[in-house]
Formats: sequence, C-alpha cells, structure tokens
Amino acid sequence: MKLFGHKLTVSAAFGMAVIALFVIVSLFTPWLAPFPESANVGGTWDEPSMTMWFGGDQIGRDMLTRMMYGARMTIGVALAITSLSFLIGILSGFVSAVVGSWVDIFFSRLVDVMLSIPGLIFALIILGVFGSSIPVLILTIAVLDSTRVFRLARALGINLTVMEYVEAARLRGEGLWWVITREILPNAWAPLVSEFGLRFCFNFLFIAGLSFLGLGIQPPYADLGGMVRENAAAINFGMMAPIYPATAIALLTVSVNLVVDWMLSIDARPSGAQAEL
Amino acid sequence: MEEQVILHIKGLCLGSVAGNVIVDNVDLRLNKGEVLGLIGESGAGKSTIGLASMCYARAGVHIAGGEVVLDGVNIRSLDAEGRRDMRGKRIAYIAQSAAAAFNPAHSLMDQVCEAPLLHGLMTRSEAQAWARELFAALDLPDPENFGSRYPHQVSGGQLQRAMAAMAMSCRPDVLVLDEPTTALDVTTQIEVLILLKSLIRQYNTAALYITHDLAVVAQVADRIKVLRHGKEVEEGETNQILHHASKDYTARLVAVRGAAASERAIAATVKETTVLSIDDCHAYYGDFHVVRGVSLDVKLGETVAVVGESGSGKSTLARVITGLLAPRSGNIVFQGQALPKSLGERSKELKRRIQLVYQIPDVAINPRQSLLEIIGRPVQFYFGAGRAEMLARAKELMALVELPVEYLERRPGQLSGGQKQRVCIARALAAKPDLIILDEPTSALDPLVAEEILTLLRKLQRELGLSYVLITHDLDVVHRIAHRTAVMLQGQFVAFDKTDNIFDRPEHPYTQKLITAVPEMRVDWLDEVLEKRRLAAA
Amino acid sequence: MAKLILNRFLLGLLTLFAVSVLIFVCTEILPGDVASAVLGMGATPEALVIFRKELGLDVPAYLRYWNWLVGALHGDLGVALTNKRVIIDEIMPRLGNTLFLAGYAALVAIPLAVGLGILAAINEGKLTDKLANISTLIAISLPEFFIAYLLIIFMAVNVDWFPSLSTVYKGMPFSERVYQTTLPAITLTLLVAAHMLRMTRSSVLAVMSTPYIEMAFLKGARRKRVIVRHALPNAAAPIITVIALNMAYLVVGVVVIEAVFVYPGLGQLMVDAVSKRDVPVIQACGLVFATVFVTLNTLADILVIVVNPRLRHKR
Repeated sequence: MKLFGHKLTVSAAFGMAVIALFVIVSLFTPWLAPFPESANVGGTWDEPSMTMWFGGDQIGRDMLTRMMYGARMTIGVALAITSLSFLIGILSGFVSAVVGSWVDIFFSRLVDVMLSIPGLIFALIILGVFGSSIPVLILTIAVLDSTRVFRLARALGINLTVMEYVEAARLRGEGLWWVITREILPNAWAPLVSEFGLRFCFNFLFIAGLSFLGLGIQPPYADLGGMVRENAAAINFGMMAPIYPATAIALLTVSVNLVVDWMLSIDARPSGAQAEL
Repeated sequence: MEEQVILHIKGLCLGSVAGNVIVDNVDLRLNKGEVLGLIGESGAGKSTIGLASMCYARAGVHIAGGEVVLDGVNIRSLDAEGRRDMRGKRIAYIAQSAAAAFNPAHSLMDQVCEAPLLHGLMTRSEAQAWARELFAALDLPDPENFGSRYPHQVSGGQLQRAMAAMAMSCRPDVLVLDEPTTALDVTTQIEVLILLKSLIRQYNTAALYITHDLAVVAQVADRIKVLRHGKEVEEGETNQILHHASKDYTARLVAVRGAAASERAIAATVKETTVLSIDDCHAYYGDFHVVRGVSLDVKLGETVAVVGESGSGKSTLARVITGLLAPRSGNIVFQGQALPKSLGERSKELKRRIQLVYQIPDVAINPRQSLLEIIGRPVQFYFGAGRAEMLARAKELMALVELPVEYLERRPGQLSGGQKQRVCIARALAAKPDLIILDEPTSALDPLVAEEILTLLRKLQRELGLSYVLITHDLDVVHRIAHRTAVMLQGQFVAFDKTDNIFDRPEHPYTQKLITAVPEMRVDWLDEVLEKRRLAAA
Repeated sequence: MAKLILNRFLLGLLTLFAVSVLIFVCTEILPGDVASAVLGMGATPEALVIFRKELGLDVPAYLRYWNWLVGALHGDLGVALTNKRVIIDEIMPRLGNTLFLAGYAALVAIPLAVGLGILAAINEGKLTDKLANISTLIAISLPEFFIAYLLIIFMAVNVDWFPSLSTVYKGMPFSERVYQTTLPAITLTLLVAAHMLRMTRSSVLAVMSTPYIEMAFLKGARRKRVIVRHALPNAAAPIITVIALNMAYLVVGVVVIEAVFVYPGLGQLMVDAVSKRDVPVIQACGLVFATVFVTLNTLADILVIVVNPRLRHKR
C-alpha cells in the first residue's frame, strides 16, 4: 500500500491507526465518553465489566471516561508545548544561522548553559518557584524544549545557508524574512516534521512524568500521568488500575515513534555496512 | 607485450537495488602488463565496473550477472573468503580521493603495510622495507620516515602517491585506478601521471585506468574502451580511438578537446568602453592575505578570464567583485562610477547590473522552487513586474537559453546538469546585467554538456553585448572564449594580456609551467614533456 | 592538545558558574516575592519583614547570590525553609544513594547498550538489527513509571524475587544494598540502554559509510578486522559523546524511579521540596544535580579530545 507515494509498512500503518484513534477520541471526548467526567459510578478499583470497560478508579469513577478526558488534556498540553517550542526554536535557530555574528553567539551560549542543566531538574526548579498552573507548565517546558529545536534548526540553517542559492538570494538583496521563509524553510521541512513527532513524544512523556510526580497538571483536571499516581496504590493489591492509563501513554508514544521512524527510513540511504562483498 | 589475458570480464550486468540498470552486458579483456582506459561521462558506469572487477558493489548496487575471470579463475563463483583473498593481493584499487581513502586514526606506514601482512605475503620488516622502496620510487619526501606520518599531516598530492604505494604493496597483477588525478591541480596532475606511468611500466602491472578525460588517458593507456549509459560504445587502440573513431559519440568526445585547437573568442564583440576596472586590490580572510594587489579591467562585450590553480585567490577575487568580501584597499570602478566595497552598501540597481553564475548548478538553484519562480524572481524583485509581465519575460529567457517553455513548471530535480546550468544563466540574464561573473561555469559538467554551455555563452555575448569575467582552472575553455586572460598565482597576477599572447608566448615561468602541463590529445605528449625536462636538466 | 584540555576544563568551570547564576536568577525572580508566596495571603506585614530578614532577602540580589555561592563552595547550602534542617546534611547521604543507583544502572547499561549497538550496526538490515530497532523503539516510548510498575508486578508482587519498595540506610551491608536497589536499577538500565543503543548504532553506521572503510575491504581485510581496527577507533569519539548524553537521561530517570520505589535519594528530596515550595532546598538540589551533570559532560568532552588522532599527532 502506498501513502504519499511511499511504501507503507505494517508498523507504520498500525501507528497511524492508533494516532487517528487518539485524535478522534481527544477531539470528541464529551460526545464519546460513556459517563460525565467526574461522575462516581462504581466502587474503588472495580473490576472491568460490561458497563465499565476498564473498571473503576481510586474513588469509583469510570476508568475509561477518565482516561479519555485525561488523554484529551495531556495530548492537548503536549501539543501546545511542542508547537510553542517549535515556534521559538525555529525562529531563533534560523535567525542565528542566517544572521550569524553576535546574534548567533548570544543564542548559542544561552542554549549551551540551559542545556547544561538536566531538563527535569530545571523544570522542577521553575515549578517549585512559580507553581504548577497549566500556563506555567506549558511555557516552562516549551522554553526548555526549544533549546533542542534551536540546535536542530540552527544546524539545518547553517547547512542550507552555505548553499549557493541562498547566497544568490542575498546577492540580490533579499531581506531576512524572504531568505528564511522562501529559501531555507521549504528545504528544511522533512527533518523538522520528524523532529516535531519526536519532540511531541518527549513532551508527552515529560508532562505525564511530572503529573505522576504530582507536580504537573493538578486535580481536578484529569490527566494520564496524574491518574497513574492516583491509582498507584492498587499495585500493592495486585490490581491493574494504574497500568491502564500508563498503557495509554505508552501506546500513543510508541505509535508516534513508529510513524516517525517510517518517515525517517524513507529518505535513508543504505549505509556502507550493506556493501556487497 | 604478451598476449596472455589477466582479466576477462564477460557479460557484466549491474543494477541498483531499486531496479535500475547501471551496467548492461559489458565485456572487457585486459592483457598482462597492459593499460586499458575506461572512458565515459558521469553515469556511464565506469567506476562501478572498476569496483565490480574486484567483485565489490557499493551499498545500493547489486551485481546481477556475468563472469569476472582473473587469471583463469572466475572469482564471482568463489565463496566470500575466496573473493576476499584476491582483493588487495591480486587486484588493487586506487581511489579518486586519497584524503578519504586513508583512516585518520592510523599512520601511513601501518596502512600501506596492512595488505601484505594480512594476506601473509611478507613479514612486517619486509613489508616496511618494500614500502620505503615504493615511497622513494614515488618521489615522496624523506622516504625513510615518511611512513610514520598521519594522513592529516601530508599534502593532497603526497597522499595520492602514498595511496599508489598502498596499492602496489602486494605487487598485484591488476591495478584499478579510479579517476586518480581528477581532483588534483593541473601542475600536480602531470607529476602524479608521470609517476603512475613509470610505476606501471616498471612492475609490468596491468591496469584499468578510469577517467572522463581523454587527453589524460591517452598518455597512459594502450587501448581505450568508451562507455555510455552502462553500455560499451567502442573499443580500440589509443591512436585509433583518437584519430579514427568509428562511432559518432566517440568522435564528439575527441572533438571537444580538439576544438581548443581551432576556436577563438570573437573579437568583434569587444567595444571601447570600460565596464569594470579594478585597481591595486587587496583582500584578506582574517589575517590571511588572499588577494595581493590585483589590477584588472573589462571592456564592454569582452570576456576576461582569470586562470589559476586552487589557492590562487581567483574565487576570492570573484567574491570581491560581487561585494561578498569587502577589500581592505584598492578601488573598483563600475561603469564609470566608484563601486561601494561591500554588498550592503550597494544600491539595488548596482546589484542588478553585476550577476554571478556558480560552478555547481545543483546547489545554485533552490530545489523547492519551480523554474518560473527561480527565473521570475529577479524580474519581480528588480523591476517590480506583475505576474503577467514576469511570465512573459520568463518565456523570453527560456528561449534565450534554449530550454523548452513547458519546463517553467518543473522543479530542478527533474532537469539534467546542463539544463540546470542554463537555468542559472537565465536567472542571471533576468536581471538585464552589464557584467556576469562566471565562477567555473563548466567545471562540474560533462565535456559534451560543457561544450554546449560554452557555445551558449558565446552566443549570448554576441547577441546581448554582455561582458564576462570568467574564473576557471580549465585552460582549454579560456583559450576558446576569452579575449584577454590573467594568470593568477598566490594572490597576484603574473600575466595579463591578450589570450593569444598568453598561450603562444608565455613569459612568466609559472605561465609556461601551466600551459605545458595541460595534456594534449596525442599519445606521445607525456613522453615529449619528459624528454624536454631531461634535456633541460642535462 | 594539553591546551585544548585546559580550555575545555576552564569552559566547564565557567559553565558551572553560569549555571549557578541561572539557578539563582530563576528562583529569585518572582511575581511578588518568596516571603508572600511561602507565608501566604494572610501574612501580616510584620511577619513578612521578619521572614525576609531571616532569609536574608533584605540584602540586594547580587550580594545574596555571592553569599549563597561562597556558602555553597564551603559546603554550606543553608537551612531548609520547611523543617529548618541543615540542607547539606540532608543532601549528602541522599546524593550518595542516588549516585549509587545511577552508577549501578550505568555499569550494566553502558556495556550492554554499546555492545549491542555496535552489533546491530554491523548487521544492518539483517534480523538482529531489525529486532534491536523495534525493541529499542518500544522501550524509549514507554514512560519510566510504566516500566517500573510492570517490573514491580511481575517481579515483586506476583513472585517474591525483589522488594517493591527500596529501603536503604546508612551502614547497610553492600550485598543487601545491591539487592534492594536491583529492581530500580533494572528499570533505569532498560530506559537508558535503549537510547544508548540507538545512538551508538547510528554513530557506528555513520563510520561504516566512510570511504576508508571501503578501502579496507578492498584491501582484502576481513569484516572483523575492518570493524575492530578501522571502524571502532573512529567511532570512539561519537560513542563517548553518546554515553555522556545519556547520563542526562539517567538523571531524569532517577528522579521518577526514586518516586516509584520510594528510594531515599536526591531526586525524592527535590520533588518534595518542589511540592512544598522550599526554595533553599530547591536551589541546593538544583545546584548539586547541575554540578554532577556539567562535570560528566566536561569529562566526556576531554576524553573526546584525547581520543582524536588528529590532535594526538600534530602537524
């Protein structure tokens, strides 16, 4: 089967199907969820049944409903983070690459210092001071993540800036905006799109991890990481309650990674290791 | 010469993993001690055949069929160990780029001795002694200790010779030389060519000499085989191919070089007015003094060539003229007015009137834009043209560079190298410039295609009254198209005169060295050069 | 080369300095100030003033930073806001625990990942490689707590091989300590090894595509020789960089794993401090983590310099 003119693998198809499922569920949650978001419909950690497909959570709400709302929240936040991070990273990265001189030095040094602190630690520091409201979470993680995007965009930009067609545009006297949007960006799409997928996964896991630690998305908002935390005690009784939201997280991340892997393998050339001897 | 066949390739078929045919049913016979030249343009499959004669195919390429018989044994039918055994020992490879073929982590001696040691042919001390002998034979400095150096510590030409030593280390029956001198300067090329030829003759090694340069291969090869698109076109003794080619394609390849003998720049295009005048220009890269006091002038309708080898500063001079590098001192006058030194200071109008055509068309045009966008943008940008006007002008330009108008919707990826270069020229013309700087415009193109581009450039000069500054290292091109020529060495002009004077009566020793280093299309040229040197030294 | 090493070392020190400034700036720039944030809305003006004086907030920022830094260099990281404990006494044992756990995981993960990564690269396209690819892809997609809980379920709750909570204390016998930390170490190992394997693989693949590798094959060298003598010496530098990069993943993973297993490490301390908004502790933990991280990176960069053949044999 072909998609966009490239051969589709089983794993990539699987990944796309799962992503589509999550997207639909997240967009139409209020209409698709079996119960209202915070309704108490059963007992603590009820076994899965016909009405409650994944059983009950720690205070008797329907696990499936909570997971759907949780997915909607976590995906939404992760998407917002990644989009903001890309906006910041690409702009600063390309401008640094094209303009060079002190702009480049300033941003590069700043990013170097920021990358010298492990991301989680830095996030914890900021959250510890400013609190864990959703805007703070989005802004903090986005700024932190933009450092990685900056590095990639800058590297891409530098590779492309030395191309003669970029020089030709500058010789003409084209402005910075033209050079970035018409000469560089169209040629940087492919690696940026796959990077978007990878960063989304990372941010998705990151926010889930923070929520798991109790420092991410705060109740009463449902979110997948928080749900794992809330239901964690069930493990000691041999019950699978926290596993369901955790699996949901894992499933989406695996799927996005499978699709990104497929995208990257399209352009990949066989390496020297495959020479015929 | 014995008539014993050392290498016999029968019906060789090579394809890509994707299914394309790279080499189609090629036969090849190489006798002991003989040199066979494999000639072809890019994409002819000559490198692939060279590697396949060692039963090796790069990733993505697959040997689909045929036999490779080395000294009576079909090595394709051997198992992996058998094939591995003869590589380096019976048949050795000399790559195009020596810098890439050496491992930066090991010394040169280690790598030169590696083959005989792993094949169990010599002990370490024997291998090292033999290596030193080869270093001396190849005229490398301090042959006793040269081997202890690392690849990054020696020059390109020395590294190429070290690679020749590495190939000869097992005294193989066959040498495969894959464009061994293509990446070298003209003056270095001739030295390496002489050494290679003497090495081959001395040890009576058979050789496959792969190149696209007929004049070079004519000096070394006994027979020549011409390839095109993976198929054989013609084969014969060198003299026969050069003077009595039976196929049209071969004749055209020969004629391209030969044309240099007759064609000259058209004097009638040159007018009196001076378009560009540079006076005592000095330019630096940081502290490095690259352009040292260059003075140059270009008249209306004239082509002035700046010739030099790598490191001469000619490309830097081009950057100075376009304003990408501001000179530290010196004056540039364009159309009677002082030209601001850096690009930022120049007006749009001034930028419009000086245009640049690059060497490698693949990176000179944006692969994501259509031809209409590429050619039309200067029209829009400089003249404020609307959509309709831009389209009309683009069609005119396509006609000027002899490209079909339908191509306007295409993207560069769908064009050949020569077509892309035409697009570059069209883009330059779109600005209606007075002066075009051509930076090695044909160096990256195949000889036949380069031919067409040169013809186009001459035609455009005649019709539009353009002035050209031609930067190149290719003396043949200069001889055919330039009215005046400047010879550049280490940042300075050693000569600046009418082209005919430069070529017929070279005064400066470097100019003489340069002119005499260009191979001519006859078999005994190299021997003549050697003879002249011997007489001069005596 | 010695000059390059010295430069890199100095750069490391400079980075540490810059990082300390950054940490300080982040924690001290508040809408409002620490006092009102901690004491809450209902605090009286007098209480705020006393609090500020206690924290030394009445002194200008750069002086506060200087005091803090000097104190830190002397081993005095101040006193916790919440329970008035001396921070350095809290940190030291916990830092030891965290480093033990991280070291345990690194010891297993690095040889495993690098070895398998090289193996996968050599067999590119074959079954070994495809298996490695898909399994590591899944592993890096799973959240740490997921792996941790799975392991707990299968190794601690269903069968009684390992404890589900890792309690360690000072003076514990070494073997007991190893036993208690095995489950969290396995979790960390799985996480980090997957990342390292993928990166090692692509680094080795990049080296395998170089022309000098082709030349070695054309000289008739066997595959094993080409890999060991030609590819690996040149892959050493990128692999060292990969390992250093993954030490960062280790730090991130450690924090979450400590939470799952209730392991008394530095990560736990920091997470607690963040939820209680205990600023001095947050600053101190952040500084310690960052110092470890910068030190590891500097070491790795210096190793890369030492391993570079162009730098060992100058022109």
